[in-house]
Amino acid sequence: MSTPVIEILGLDFSYPDGTEALIDIELHIHRGERVALLGPNGAGKTTLVLHMNGIHRAQTGTVTVSGLPVTPPNLLEIRRRVGLVFQDPDDQLFMPTVREDVEFGPRNLGLTGADLEQRVAAALALLEVADLADRAPNHLSFGQKRRVSMAGVMAMEPEILVLDEPTSNLDPASRQDLTRALLSLDVTQMIVTHDLLYALEVCPRSVIIDSGRIVADGPTRELLTDTDLLAAHRLALPAALELLAGAPNQPGKPVN
Amino acid sequence: MSGSHGHAIFVHTLSPLHRLAPHLKIAAGLVMLGAIISTPRRALWASAVYGLALAALVIMARLPIRFVLSRMLVLTPFALLALMFPVFGADPRVEVLGISLSEPGLWDMWNLLAKASLGLSTAILLGATTEVADLLRGLDSLRVPRLVTAILGFMVRYIDVVVDDLNRMRLALAARGHGGSSIAHWGPYGRAMGTMFIRTYERGERVYLAMESRGYAGEMPASARAKATPEQWAFAILGSTAFWAVAITARIVT
Repeated sequence: MSTPVIEILGLDFSYPDGTEALIDIELHIHRGERVALLGPNGAGKTTLVLHMNGIHRAQTGTVTVSGLPVTPPNLLEIRRRVGLVFQDPDDQLFMPTVREDVEFGPRNLGLTGADLEQRVAAALALLEVADLADRAPNHLSFGQKRRVSMAGVMAMEPEILVLDEPTSNLDPASRQDLTRALLSLDVTQMIVTHDLLYALEVCPRSVIIDSGRIVADGPTRELLTDTDLLAAHRLALPAALELLAGAPNQPGKPVN
Repeated sequence: MSGSHGHAIFVHTLSPLHRLAPHLKIAAGLVMLGAIISTPRRALWASAVYGLALAALVIMARLPIRFVLSRMLVLTPFALLALMFPVFGADPRVEVLGISLSEPGLWDMWNLLAKASLGLSTAILLGATTEVADLLRGLDSLRVPRLVTAILGFMVRYIDVVVDDLNRMRLALAARGHGGSSIAHWGPYGRAMGTMFIRTYERGERVYLAMESRGYAGEMPASARAKATPEQWAFAILGSTAFWAVAITARIVT
Protein backbone atom coordinates (compact mmCIF):
# COMPACT_ATOMS: atom_id res chain seq x y z
CA MET A 1 0.00 0.00 0.00
CA SER A 2 1.13 3.57 -0.67
CA THR A 3 2.48 5.86 2.06
CA PRO A 4 -0.48 7.02 4.14
CA VAL A 5 -1.20 10.76 4.22
CA ILE A 6 -1.52 10.52 7.99
CA GLU A 7 0.18 7.83 10.01
CA ILE A 8 -0.13 7.97 13.77
CA LEU A 9 1.54 5.28 15.86
CA GLY A 10 1.30 4.82 19.63
CA LEU A 11 0.51 8.46 20.30
CA ASP A 12 -0.02 9.52 23.93
CA PHE A 13 -0.58 13.04 25.18
CA SER A 14 -1.27 14.46 28.63
CA TYR A 15 -1.92 18.07 29.49
CA PRO A 16 0.40 19.72 32.02
CA ASP A 17 -2.19 19.16 34.78
CA GLY A 18 -1.89 15.41 34.20
CA THR A 19 -5.16 14.91 32.30
CA GLU A 20 -4.60 12.16 29.76
CA ALA A 21 -6.02 13.56 26.54
CA LEU A 22 -4.85 10.89 24.09
CA ILE A 23 -3.96 7.28 24.85
CA ASP A 24 -2.23 4.93 22.43
CA ILE A 25 -3.72 6.37 19.23
CA GLU A 26 -3.15 4.38 16.03
CA LEU A 27 -4.57 5.90 12.86
CA HIS A 28 -3.86 5.61 9.16
CA ILE A 29 -5.51 7.79 6.58
CA HIS A 30 -4.81 7.10 2.92
CA ARG A 31 -4.85 9.37 -0.07
CA GLY A 32 -8.32 10.23 -1.31
CA GLU A 33 -10.13 9.08 1.83
CA ARG A 34 -12.81 11.13 3.49
CA VAL A 35 -12.85 10.24 7.19
CA ALA A 36 -15.10 11.49 9.96
CA LEU A 37 -13.62 11.78 13.45
CA LEU A 38 -16.57 11.35 15.79
CA GLY A 39 -16.76 11.71 19.53
CA PRO A 40 -18.54 13.48 22.34
CA ASN A 41 -17.34 16.84 23.66
CA GLY A 42 -14.03 16.55 25.44
CA ALA A 43 -13.15 13.22 23.82
CA GLY A 44 -9.83 14.51 22.51
CA LYS A 45 -10.83 15.23 18.92
CA THR A 46 -9.29 18.69 18.72
CA THR A 47 -6.19 17.60 20.64
CA LEU A 48 -5.64 14.84 18.10
CA VAL A 49 -6.07 17.24 15.21
CA LEU A 50 -3.54 19.68 16.70
CA HIS A 51 -1.01 16.83 16.69
CA MET A 52 -1.43 16.35 12.97
CA ASN A 53 0.02 19.74 12.10
CA GLY A 54 2.57 19.90 14.87
CA ILE A 55 0.93 22.47 17.15
CA HIS A 56 1.06 19.78 19.82
CA ARG A 57 4.16 17.59 19.81
CA ALA A 58 3.81 13.87 20.40
CA GLN A 59 4.95 12.99 23.91
CA THR A 60 5.26 9.33 23.00
CA GLY A 61 4.64 7.78 19.62
CA THR A 62 4.97 9.35 16.19
CA VAL A 63 2.92 11.35 13.73
CA THR A 64 3.94 11.21 10.08
CA VAL A 65 2.43 13.18 7.21
CA SER A 66 3.04 11.59 3.80
CA GLY A 67 6.24 10.05 5.12
CA LEU A 68 7.48 13.26 6.77
CA PRO A 69 7.70 13.03 10.57
CA VAL A 70 6.17 15.90 12.54
CA THR A 71 9.30 17.39 14.08
CA PRO A 72 10.40 21.02 14.52
CA PRO A 73 12.57 21.29 11.39
CA ASN A 74 9.67 20.05 9.23
CA LEU A 75 6.96 22.23 10.71
CA LEU A 76 6.45 24.64 7.82
CA GLU A 77 6.17 21.81 5.31
CA ILE A 78 3.90 19.85 7.69
CA ARG A 79 1.62 22.85 8.02
CA ARG A 80 1.48 23.21 4.29
CA ARG A 81 0.54 19.55 3.92
CA VAL A 82 -2.08 19.53 6.67
CA GLY A 83 -4.67 22.25 6.15
CA LEU A 84 -6.62 22.97 9.31
CA VAL A 85 -9.99 24.71 9.14
CA PHE A 86 -10.96 25.96 12.60
CA GLN A 87 -14.40 25.81 14.11
CA ASP A 88 -14.97 29.56 14.40
CA PRO A 89 -14.13 31.26 11.09
CA ASP A 90 -13.65 34.53 12.96
CA ASP A 91 -10.57 32.96 14.53
CA GLN A 92 -9.20 32.10 11.15
CA LEU A 93 -9.98 35.18 9.09
CA PHE A 94 -7.70 37.69 10.72
CA MET A 95 -6.50 39.78 7.78
CA PRO A 96 -8.24 43.01 6.69
CA THR A 97 -9.60 41.62 3.40
CA VAL A 98 -10.56 38.20 2.05
CA ARG A 99 -7.82 38.33 -0.57
CA GLU A 100 -5.11 39.17 1.97
CA ASP A 101 -6.37 36.39 4.19
CA VAL A 102 -6.18 33.82 1.42
CA GLU A 103 -2.71 35.18 0.57
CA PHE A 104 -1.49 34.74 4.15
CA GLY A 105 -0.56 31.05 3.91
CA PRO A 106 1.03 31.10 0.45
CA ARG A 107 3.06 34.19 1.40
CA ASN A 108 4.38 32.33 4.43
CA LEU A 109 5.42 29.61 2.00
CA GLY A 110 7.40 32.25 0.13
CA LEU A 111 5.15 32.73 -2.89
CA THR A 112 5.12 36.16 -4.53
CA GLY A 113 4.07 37.85 -7.75
CA ALA A 114 2.24 35.93 -10.44
CA ASP A 115 2.59 32.56 -8.64
CA LEU A 116 0.90 34.03 -5.60
CA GLU A 117 -1.87 35.64 -7.61
CA GLN A 118 -2.53 32.45 -9.48
CA ARG A 119 -2.62 30.37 -6.32
CA VAL A 120 -5.01 32.77 -4.62
CA ALA A 121 -7.29 33.09 -7.64
CA ALA A 122 -7.48 29.30 -7.92
CA ALA A 123 -8.39 28.88 -4.25
CA LEU A 124 -11.03 31.61 -4.40
CA ALA A 125 -12.55 30.02 -7.51
CA LEU A 126 -12.49 26.55 -5.95
CA LEU A 127 -14.69 27.65 -3.05
CA GLU A 128 -16.75 29.99 -5.28
CA VAL A 129 -15.85 33.09 -3.29
CA ALA A 130 -13.93 35.05 -5.95
CA ASP A 131 -16.57 37.81 -5.85
CA LEU A 132 -15.83 38.38 -2.14
CA ALA A 133 -12.09 38.92 -2.62
CA ASP A 134 -12.01 42.61 -1.73
CA ARG A 135 -14.55 42.45 1.08
CA ALA A 136 -13.65 42.70 4.74
CA PRO A 137 -14.25 39.40 6.60
CA ASN A 138 -16.49 41.09 9.16
CA HIS A 139 -18.96 41.97 6.40
CA LEU A 140 -19.56 38.36 5.34
CA SER A 141 -22.30 35.92 6.31
CA PHE A 142 -21.36 32.94 8.44
CA GLY A 143 -21.53 30.50 5.52
CA GLN A 144 -19.38 32.80 3.39
CA LYS A 145 -16.83 33.08 6.20
CA ARG A 146 -16.70 29.30 6.40
CA ARG A 147 -15.99 28.94 2.69
CA VAL A 148 -13.45 31.79 2.68
CA SER A 149 -11.56 30.20 5.56
CA MET A 150 -11.48 26.96 3.57
CA ALA A 151 -10.14 28.89 0.57
CA GLY A 152 -7.35 30.23 2.78
CA VAL A 153 -6.39 26.69 3.66
CA MET A 154 -6.78 25.28 0.14
CA ALA A 155 -4.46 28.04 -1.12
CA MET A 156 -1.67 26.15 0.65
CA GLU A 157 -2.44 23.14 -1.58
CA PRO A 158 -2.63 20.77 1.37
CA GLU A 159 -2.51 17.01 1.08
CA ILE A 160 -5.18 16.64 3.70
CA LEU A 161 -7.91 19.06 4.70
CA VAL A 162 -8.91 18.79 8.35
CA LEU A 163 -12.13 20.52 9.36
CA ASP A 164 -13.06 21.06 13.00
CA GLU A 165 -16.86 21.03 13.45
CA PRO A 166 -17.54 22.53 10.03
CA THR A 167 -21.33 22.37 10.34
CA SER A 168 -21.67 24.18 13.65
CA ASN A 169 -23.81 27.32 13.35
CA LEU A 170 -24.59 26.71 9.68
CA ASP A 171 -28.17 27.02 8.47
CA PRO A 172 -29.45 24.17 6.27
CA ALA A 173 -28.73 25.99 3.00
CA SER A 174 -25.14 26.88 3.99
CA ARG A 175 -24.74 23.29 5.15
CA GLN A 176 -25.65 22.07 1.68
CA ASP A 177 -23.21 24.58 0.16
CA LEU A 178 -20.52 23.18 2.43
CA THR A 179 -21.33 19.59 1.48
CA ARG A 180 -21.15 20.46 -2.18
CA ALA A 181 -17.83 22.22 -1.63
CA LEU A 182 -16.35 19.31 0.34
CA LEU A 183 -17.47 16.70 -2.17
CA SER A 184 -16.05 18.75 -5.04
CA LEU A 185 -12.59 19.17 -3.48
CA ASP A 186 -10.04 16.73 -4.78
CA VAL A 187 -8.16 16.31 -1.52
CA THR A 188 -8.02 13.83 1.35
CA GLN A 189 -10.34 15.02 4.10
CA MET A 190 -10.89 14.50 7.79
CA ILE A 191 -14.01 15.98 9.32
CA VAL A 192 -14.15 16.35 13.08
CA THR A 193 -17.75 16.43 14.20
CA HIS A 194 -20.44 15.12 16.48
CA ASP A 195 -22.98 15.64 13.72
CA LEU A 196 -23.47 11.96 12.87
CA LEU A 197 -25.77 12.56 9.92
CA TYR A 198 -23.21 14.84 8.38
CA ALA A 199 -20.58 12.15 8.74
CA LEU A 200 -22.93 9.74 6.97
CA GLU A 201 -23.57 12.23 4.21
CA VAL A 202 -19.96 13.04 3.47
CA CYS A 203 -17.61 10.40 4.88
CA PRO A 204 -17.54 6.71 3.89
CA ARG A 205 -15.29 5.96 6.88
CA SER A 206 -15.58 7.03 10.49
CA VAL A 207 -13.35 6.87 13.54
CA ILE A 208 -14.92 7.17 16.98
CA ILE A 209 -12.79 8.55 19.79
CA ASP A 210 -13.82 8.69 23.43
CA SER A 211 -11.84 9.61 26.54
CA GLY A 212 -8.69 9.85 24.46
CA ARG A 213 -8.92 6.37 22.90
CA ILE A 214 -9.99 5.25 19.46
CA VAL A 215 -12.92 2.94 20.17
CA ALA A 216 -14.14 2.20 16.65
CA ASP A 217 -12.91 2.59 13.09
CA GLY A 218 -14.94 1.41 10.14
CA PRO A 219 -17.54 2.19 7.48
CA THR A 220 -19.73 5.07 8.69
CA ARG A 221 -23.00 3.27 7.93
CA GLU A 222 -21.96 0.26 10.02
CA LEU A 223 -20.86 2.33 12.99
CA LEU A 224 -23.98 4.48 12.94
CA THR A 225 -26.33 1.50 12.92
CA ASP A 226 -24.62 0.03 15.99
CA THR A 227 -26.83 1.73 18.59
CA ASP A 228 -25.06 0.06 21.52
CA LEU A 229 -21.72 1.42 20.35
CA LEU A 230 -23.15 4.90 19.92
CA ALA A 231 -24.88 4.86 23.29
CA ALA A 232 -21.71 3.67 25.03
CA HIS A 233 -19.87 6.73 23.78
CA ARG A 234 -22.50 9.41 24.28
CA LEU A 235 -23.29 9.63 20.59
CA ALA A 236 -26.78 9.30 19.17
CA LEU A 237 -28.57 9.82 15.91
CA PRO A 238 -31.17 12.58 16.09
CA ALA A 239 -34.38 11.44 17.78
CA ALA A 240 -36.29 12.90 14.84
CA LEU A 241 -35.12 9.95 12.72
CA GLU A 242 -36.82 7.44 15.01
CA LEU A 243 -39.91 9.60 15.16
CA LEU A 244 -40.09 9.75 11.38
CA ALA A 245 -39.35 6.06 10.92
CA GLY A 246 -41.27 4.27 13.67
CA ALA A 247 -43.97 6.13 15.46
CA PRO A 248 -46.28 8.13 13.21
CA ASN A 249 -48.36 9.72 15.95
CA GLN A 250 -45.92 10.86 18.51
CA PRO A 251 -45.97 14.62 18.62
CA GLY A 252 -44.00 16.42 21.27
CA LYS A 253 -45.90 16.32 24.53
CA PRO A 254 -47.47 19.62 25.55
CA VAL A 255 -46.31 21.19 28.76
CA ASN A 256 -48.90 20.91 31.49
CA MET B 1 -18.56 51.19 15.15
CA SER B 2 -22.10 50.02 15.56
CA GLY B 3 -23.49 47.02 13.72
CA SER B 4 -21.34 44.72 11.70
CA HIS B 5 -22.12 46.16 8.29
CA GLY B 6 -21.67 49.89 8.78
CA HIS B 7 -18.75 51.71 7.26
CA ALA B 8 -18.47 54.36 9.94
CA ILE B 9 -16.13 56.56 7.98
CA PHE B 10 -15.56 55.22 4.48
CA VAL B 11 -17.87 56.51 1.72
CA HIS B 12 -18.16 54.21 -1.25
CA THR B 13 -17.97 56.38 -4.36
CA LEU B 14 -15.60 56.37 -7.27
CA SER B 15 -13.47 59.49 -7.48
CA PRO B 16 -9.91 60.46 -8.30
CA LEU B 17 -9.32 60.88 -4.57
CA HIS B 18 -10.55 57.34 -3.89
CA ARG B 19 -8.15 56.08 -6.52
CA LEU B 20 -5.18 58.09 -5.25
CA ALA B 21 -2.57 55.68 -3.86
CA PRO B 22 -3.08 55.37 -0.08
CA HIS B 23 0.52 56.09 0.91
CA LEU B 24 0.45 59.35 -1.06
CA LYS B 25 -2.88 60.26 0.48
CA ILE B 26 -1.63 59.66 4.03
CA ALA B 27 1.64 61.53 3.44
CA ALA B 28 -0.07 64.46 1.69
CA GLY B 29 -2.68 64.60 4.46
CA LEU B 30 0.02 64.81 7.14
CA VAL B 31 1.95 67.48 5.24
CA MET B 32 -1.26 69.50 4.79
CA LEU B 33 -2.02 69.16 8.49
CA GLY B 34 1.46 70.46 9.28
CA ALA B 35 0.84 73.51 7.09
CA ILE B 36 -2.54 74.19 8.68
CA ILE B 37 -1.17 73.95 12.20
CA SER B 38 1.83 76.21 11.58
CA THR B 39 -0.19 79.03 10.02
CA PRO B 40 -0.31 82.17 12.21
CA ARG B 41 -3.72 82.63 13.78
CA ARG B 42 -4.19 86.18 12.58
CA ALA B 43 -3.87 85.23 8.90
CA LEU B 44 -7.62 84.86 8.42
CA TRP B 45 -7.27 84.75 4.65
CA ALA B 46 -5.01 81.69 4.90
CA SER B 47 -7.66 79.74 6.79
CA ALA B 48 -10.16 80.78 4.14
CA VAL B 49 -7.86 79.46 1.40
CA TYR B 50 -7.44 76.12 3.24
CA GLY B 51 -11.18 75.92 3.73
CA LEU B 52 -11.87 76.51 0.05
CA ALA B 53 -9.21 74.01 -1.00
CA LEU B 54 -10.61 71.33 1.33
CA ALA B 55 -14.14 72.07 0.11
CA ALA B 56 -12.91 71.58 -3.45
CA LEU B 57 -11.40 68.24 -2.44
CA VAL B 58 -14.68 67.19 -0.78
CA ILE B 59 -16.50 67.97 -4.04
CA MET B 60 -13.82 66.16 -6.03
CA ALA B 61 -14.24 63.10 -3.77
CA ARG B 62 -18.04 63.25 -4.31
CA LEU B 63 -18.68 63.14 -0.57
CA PRO B 64 -22.16 64.16 0.54
CA ILE B 65 -21.87 67.50 2.39
CA ARG B 66 -24.24 66.22 5.07
CA PHE B 67 -21.94 63.29 5.73
CA VAL B 68 -18.93 65.56 6.19
CA LEU B 69 -20.87 67.92 8.46
CA SER B 70 -22.24 65.08 10.57
CA ARG B 71 -18.70 63.73 11.10
CA MET B 72 -17.62 67.24 12.12
CA LEU B 73 -19.93 67.00 15.13
CA VAL B 74 -17.11 65.18 16.92
CA LEU B 75 -15.73 68.66 17.47
CA THR B 76 -18.68 69.80 19.61
CA PRO B 77 -17.08 69.30 23.04
CA PHE B 78 -13.94 71.13 21.93
CA ALA B 79 -16.03 73.91 20.45
CA LEU B 80 -17.85 74.29 23.76
CA LEU B 81 -14.52 74.48 25.53
CA ALA B 82 -13.30 77.08 23.03
CA LEU B 83 -16.36 79.23 23.77
CA MET B 84 -15.00 79.64 27.31
CA PHE B 85 -11.74 81.27 26.14
CA PRO B 86 -13.16 84.74 25.35
CA VAL B 87 -15.12 84.79 28.60
CA PHE B 88 -12.25 83.93 30.91
CA GLY B 89 -9.32 85.12 28.79
CA ALA B 90 -6.76 87.82 29.66
CA ASP B 91 -7.07 91.57 29.05
CA PRO B 92 -7.41 93.68 26.91
CA ARG B 93 -11.17 93.25 26.59
CA VAL B 94 -13.44 94.26 23.76
CA GLU B 95 -17.20 94.84 23.57
CA VAL B 96 -19.02 92.33 21.35
CA LEU B 97 -22.82 92.74 21.22
CA GLY B 98 -22.70 94.41 24.58
CA ILE B 99 -20.66 91.64 26.26
CA SER B 100 -17.14 92.32 27.44
CA LEU B 101 -14.85 89.64 25.99
CA SER B 102 -11.11 89.00 26.13
CA GLU B 103 -9.35 89.83 22.87
CA PRO B 104 -6.59 87.18 23.19
CA GLY B 105 -9.36 84.78 24.23
CA LEU B 106 -11.26 85.51 21.02
CA TRP B 107 -8.12 84.80 19.00
CA ASP B 108 -7.55 81.58 20.95
CA MET B 109 -11.12 80.53 20.26
CA TRP B 110 -10.79 81.28 16.57
CA ASN B 111 -7.44 79.51 16.40
CA LEU B 112 -8.77 76.33 18.01
CA LEU B 113 -12.02 76.27 16.03
CA ALA B 114 -10.40 77.02 12.68
CA LYS B 115 -7.48 74.62 13.00
CA ALA B 116 -9.50 71.84 14.54
CA SER B 117 -12.19 71.96 11.86
CA LEU B 118 -9.67 72.28 9.01
CA GLY B 119 -7.59 69.44 10.46
CA LEU B 120 -10.64 67.30 11.03
CA SER B 121 -11.86 67.89 7.47
CA THR B 122 -8.49 66.67 6.23
CA ALA B 123 -8.83 63.52 8.34
CA ILE B 124 -12.42 62.98 7.19
CA LEU B 125 -11.30 63.32 3.57
CA LEU B 126 -8.61 60.71 4.14
CA GLY B 127 -10.91 58.30 5.97
CA ALA B 128 -13.85 58.73 3.62
CA THR B 129 -11.82 58.03 0.50
CA THR B 130 -9.60 55.21 1.80
CA GLU B 131 -10.74 51.76 2.87
CA VAL B 132 -9.22 50.57 6.12
CA ALA B 133 -7.32 47.81 4.35
CA ASP B 134 -5.80 50.41 1.99
CA LEU B 135 -4.91 52.67 4.90
CA LEU B 136 -2.97 49.79 6.43
CA ARG B 137 -1.32 49.06 3.09
CA GLY B 138 -0.46 52.75 2.77
CA LEU B 139 1.15 52.80 6.22
CA ASP B 140 3.07 49.69 5.21
CA SER B 141 4.35 51.46 2.10
CA LEU B 142 5.39 54.40 4.24
CA ARG B 143 7.62 51.95 6.13
CA VAL B 144 5.62 52.04 9.34
CA PRO B 145 6.88 48.93 11.22
CA ARG B 146 4.85 45.88 10.23
CA LEU B 147 4.24 45.06 13.88
CA VAL B 148 2.35 48.35 14.23
CA THR B 149 0.27 47.89 11.08
CA ALA B 150 -0.45 44.29 12.12
CA ILE B 151 -1.73 45.45 15.51
CA LEU B 152 -3.87 48.12 13.85
CA GLY B 153 -5.17 45.52 11.41
CA PHE B 154 -6.16 43.09 14.16
CA MET B 155 -7.84 45.90 16.05
CA VAL B 156 -9.93 46.89 13.04
CA ARG B 157 -10.69 43.28 12.21
CA TYR B 158 -11.85 42.26 15.66
CA ILE B 159 -13.52 45.38 17.02
CA ASP B 160 -16.89 44.34 15.56
CA VAL B 161 -16.48 40.82 16.89
CA VAL B 162 -15.76 42.13 20.38
CA VAL B 163 -18.61 44.66 20.23
CA ASP B 164 -20.99 41.88 19.13
CA ASP B 165 -19.83 39.77 22.08
CA LEU B 166 -20.38 42.68 24.41
CA ASN B 167 -23.87 43.33 23.03
CA ARG B 168 -24.83 39.69 23.48
CA MET B 169 -23.67 39.85 27.05
CA ARG B 170 -25.68 43.04 27.65
CA LEU B 171 -28.73 41.32 26.17
CA ALA B 172 -28.19 38.34 28.42
CA LEU B 173 -28.04 40.62 31.43
CA ALA B 174 -31.14 42.51 30.32
CA ALA B 175 -33.01 39.28 29.56
CA ARG B 176 -32.66 38.30 33.19
CA GLY B 177 -33.93 41.59 34.46
CA HIS B 178 -30.68 43.48 34.86
CA GLY B 179 -30.76 47.07 33.71
CA GLY B 180 -30.18 50.60 34.72
CA SER B 181 -27.16 52.69 35.30
CA SER B 182 -27.07 53.33 39.04
CA ILE B 183 -24.04 52.27 41.05
CA ALA B 184 -25.97 49.24 42.29
CA HIS B 185 -25.90 47.88 38.73
CA TRP B 186 -22.19 48.22 38.23
CA GLY B 187 -21.24 44.86 39.76
CA PRO B 188 -22.61 42.63 37.00
CA TYR B 189 -21.26 45.02 34.33
CA GLY B 190 -17.85 44.78 35.92
CA ARG B 191 -17.96 41.00 35.95
CA ALA B 192 -19.16 41.04 32.34
CA MET B 193 -16.14 43.15 31.43
CA GLY B 194 -13.88 40.64 33.19
CA THR B 195 -15.46 37.82 31.22
CA MET B 196 -15.00 39.84 28.04
CA PHE B 197 -11.33 40.25 28.80
CA ILE B 198 -10.85 36.50 29.26
CA ARG B 199 -12.84 35.67 26.13
CA THR B 200 -10.82 38.13 24.11
CA TYR B 201 -7.61 36.64 25.44
CA GLU B 202 -8.79 33.13 24.51
CA ARG B 203 -9.74 34.32 21.06
CA GLY B 204 -6.28 35.77 20.72
CA GLU B 205 -4.83 32.34 21.47
CA ARG B 206 -7.09 30.67 18.89
CA VAL B 207 -6.21 33.27 16.25
CA TYR B 208 -2.55 32.64 16.95
CA LEU B 209 -3.06 28.88 16.50
CA ALA B 210 -4.80 29.59 13.19
CA MET B 211 -1.87 31.76 12.13
CA GLU B 212 0.64 29.09 13.08
CA SER B 213 -1.38 26.51 11.19
CA ARG B 214 -0.89 28.49 8.02
CA GLY B 215 2.84 28.72 8.40
CA TYR B 216 3.22 31.90 10.49
CA ALA B 217 6.74 31.99 11.84
CA GLY B 218 6.98 35.26 13.70
CA GLU B 219 6.69 37.83 10.94
CA MET B 220 3.62 39.03 9.10
CA PRO B 221 4.11 38.50 5.36
CA ALA B 222 4.68 41.69 3.41
CA SER B 223 1.55 42.87 1.66
CA ALA B 224 1.71 44.06 -1.91
CA ARG B 225 3.10 47.59 -1.88
CA ALA B 226 0.68 50.24 -3.06
CA LYS B 227 1.66 51.72 -6.42
CA ALA B 228 1.17 55.30 -7.56
CA THR B 229 1.11 56.75 -11.06
CA PRO B 230 3.23 59.84 -11.96
CA GLU B 231 0.02 61.91 -12.16
CA GLN B 232 -0.85 60.87 -8.61
CA TRP B 233 2.61 61.83 -7.39
CA ALA B 234 2.31 65.20 -9.12
CA PHE B 235 -1.13 65.81 -7.63
CA ALA B 236 -0.06 64.89 -4.08
CA ILE B 237 3.15 66.94 -4.22
CA LEU B 238 1.49 69.98 -5.79
CA GLY B 239 -1.40 69.87 -3.34
CA SER B 240 0.73 69.66 -0.23
CA THR B 241 3.24 72.22 -1.55
CA ALA B 242 0.38 74.64 -2.19
CA PHE B 243 -0.71 74.32 1.45
CA TRP B 244 2.81 75.05 2.64
CA ALA B 245 3.11 78.00 0.22
CA VAL B 246 0.04 79.49 1.88
CA ALA B 247 1.42 78.78 5.36
CA ILE B 248 4.80 80.40 4.60
CA THR B 249 3.26 83.41 2.88
CA ALA B 250 0.97 83.89 5.87
CA ARG B 251 3.95 83.78 8.21
CA ILE B 252 5.83 86.38 6.15
CA VAL B 253 2.98 88.86 5.70
CA THR B 254 1.46 88.60 9.18
